[in-house]
Amino acid sequence: MEKKMLLGNVAVARGLYEAGCRFVSSYPGTPSTEITEHAAKYDEIYAEWAPNEKVAVESSIGAAIGGARSFSAMKHVGLNVAADPIFTASYTGITAGCVIAVADDMGMHSSQNEQDSRHYARAAKLMMLEPADSRECKEFTKLAFELSEKYDTPVLLRLSTRISHSQSVVSLDSRVDVPLKEYKKDISKYVMMPGMAKKRHVVVEEREKKLREFAETCDLNKIEMNDTKIGIIASGIAYQYAREALGDKASYFKLGLIYPLPVESIKKFAAQVDKLYVIEELDDIFETHLKKHGIKVTGKELFSKIGEYSPNTIREKISGGDVHAATAFDAPPRPPALCPGCPHRGIFYVLSKLRLTVYGDIGCYTLGALSPLNAMDITLCMGASVSGIHGMNMAREPEFAKHSVAVIGDSTFIHSGITGLINIVYNQSPSTVIILDNSITGMTGHQQNPATGLTLKNRPAPMLDLEAMCRACGVARIRVCDPYDLKECESIVKEELSIPEPSVIIARRPCALLKSVKRGEPLAVDEEKCIGCGMCMKIGCPAISLTDKKAHIDSALCVGCELCGKLCPKNCIG
Amino acid sequence: MYNIMIVGVGGQGSLLASRILGALYTNRGFDVKVSEVHGMSQRGGSVVTYVRAGENIASPIIAPGDADLILGFEQLEALRWAHYLKPGGSLIYSTQEIKPMPVLTGAMEYPADIPVKLEEYNIKKLAVDALTIATRAGSPKAANVVLLGAASVHSGTDISDWETALRETVPPKFLELNLRAFKAGRECAAD
Ligand SMILES: Cc1ncc(C[n+]2csc(CCOP(=O)(O)OP(=O)(O)O)c2C)c(N)n1
Repeated sequence: MEKKMLLGNVAVARGLYEAGCRFVSSYPGTPSTEITEHAAKYDEIYAEWAPNEKVAVESSIGAAIGGARSFSAMKHVGLNVAADPIFTASYTGITAGCVIAVADDMGMHSSQNEQDSRHYARAAKLMMLEPADSRECKEFTKLAFELSEKYDTPVLLRLSTRISHSQSVVSLDSRVDVPLKEYKKDISKYVMMPGMAKKRHVVVEEREKKLREFAETCDLNKIEMNDTKIGIIASGIAYQYAREALGDKASYFKLGLIYPLPVESIKKFAAQVDKLYVIEELDDIFETHLKKHGIKVTGKELFSKIGEYSPNTIREKISGGDVHAATAFDAPPRPPALCPGCPHRGIFYVLSKLRLTVYGDIGCYTLGALSPLNAMDITLCMGASVSGIHGMNMAREPEFAKHSVAVIGDSTFIHSGITGLINIVYNQSPSTVIILDNSITGMTGHQQNPATGLTLKNRPAPMLDLEAMCRACGVARIRVCDPYDLKECESIVKEELSIPEPSVIIARRPCALLKSVKRGEPLAVDEEKCIGCGMCMKIGCPAISLTDKKAHIDSALCVGCELCGKLCPKNCIG
Repeated sequence: MYNIMIVGVGGQGSLLASRILGALYTNRGFDVKVSEVHGMSQRGGSVVTYVRAGENIASPIIAPGDADLILGFEQLEALRWAHYLKPGGSLIYSTQEIKPMPVLTGAMEYPADIPVKLEEYNIKKLAVDALTIATRAGSPKAANVVLLGAASVHSGTDISDWETALRETVPPKFLELNLRAFKAGRECAAD
């Protein structure tokens, strides 16, 4: 059997292949993105990017009801977007297996919040599995399909940054061919209107009972008896941290099935150890449930609900210390920044110069909020800029809309900005929306989207025409500008703000990191002429610095976009 | 157990370096875990990658005070993470300086005399002009592999094992360049 080092996400993709999965539809989101990118490499799997998570999950459920093993992956906040279909698919069940992976981001390495997706398993009454390394990522994915079919339910697979983005060894098996299942019309099961849904709710509650029984006996959960002074209940990466910190000095109840919980088995385990700890990152979900059943456990009185844990956290809290590091140097932080040559920079320079209120959104361009551009006031969730600017403008005096804009990326606009734009037109708000069209989904690492003209499998696709889209929503004023042309951008923004009507400005230029974009020659500063005025520093380009009253351009970083040169009063950059 | 950290700035090629190390230790029969960074921080942020090799590895991340070796792709990052080394651990770092945004905006200063500040730590240090060496070998992008070459000298691993790991990991188009960069890094650490 071939063995390979695989990223957790790549192992999930391998599990899809081996399980005979036929259909994958997802929307990217760190840390889940690579699952779908790698699933697309198998010819046997149809895989696509959907415009958002709701569309992705609905497509997967459709495929599963239609008889194909199907799958969707998303980040934690993506599950909020996809929640609606998921809650009711719990009632309808499926024909062939349907697995939905959701990756949490403890520590917010790349997210806008730190929510715990385990809440959804309980709320939607869906089985949830959580692997603790790449081997389990593959195995649990395969098992999830079997369980989905056995219990006629979508199954949730919970991942996290440290599992998704760690590599460990996986042994590879071959693919089992799972033929398409027959689709049978059955409106009592698949048409969810009150009469039918009331009966399906009963089925769901009965399934829950069966799942609880299954939880007590399944081998997804593992008990490891060592020293019995300390007992640990944990799953996923938290289990690995505990194992690292305490080794054989503790006994473990490792949960692989994290909903529903095997309460009776845990009671027995509790009786065998002197002190029982629950180690779970984020919320106190296991702890609360076990306490409800009268099991004495220690959890959040010791451990935080905030951020990620480490083996050291556990050493400190449980074995009281032996943490032995030197002190850290108080180094200046290095936050992420817009890349040299990033087309977003031009627009943010203009917005910053005009001192506008900027209702932002989620993507690389959120970095426009940071110093020195400081050109963003609010960022909430994907799509919220377009709806938010409308609310803000309508709530305030008319003058306000003359100094406020929404900014949203191309992928984000398609994800959930379009409905907001329809609302602006429908309710006639004088709002201005700037679509930052860099022709790619940048933040998550360059995924294609409906406006790029290519599919996930890199095949040609019709390009969504953003101008036509906005026109169809009813926007009469649509302007297009090149974000490298600062003068043009400034005059268009000013003009659109002066007119109290809905308007869209599309700032169009492809991401500087795209392979198809030619890098210009690095620029240099004529030090004789430079007066050290610092104008070129205002755009926050990582390639420019100012030392001893002279600007300097790092030739290893500069891509020659010439934005800095346009600001130089002495024309000394070239 | 061998704990390695690769620290640098997003976009400097720490993914490739960690995968080469992963292949190296897997080929030698160790259990290996590699923890990578994807997403936001790759946009020029501070990036740390962990590589752990041993009998049976549980956690993919390394705690402060537990690293045997740190490869620093940039000076300030080397200094930022130096306290993760065990007493007597090794820091091999590039002398390249990339100023972070708070320094560029003038809100903070890039620490002066980083080699002197590193003296505070009870560790072995090797500073390498990796950018120049890599440029000479064919591309500044290969600075990551120059540092691996430097690390290979006292790694207790045969050069042929390193080359195998490179061959397995580096795309064929860039293999020659990277083998040159690796040798050049090795030479600079040997003398
Ligand atoms: C509901 C939801 N799904 C996914 C994400 C992850 N995510 C953050 S930004 C982004 C895409 C940004 O692309 P685009 O709007 O084109 O802007 P760019 O990064 O290219 O500037 C994605 C998918 C998220 N934050 N929320």
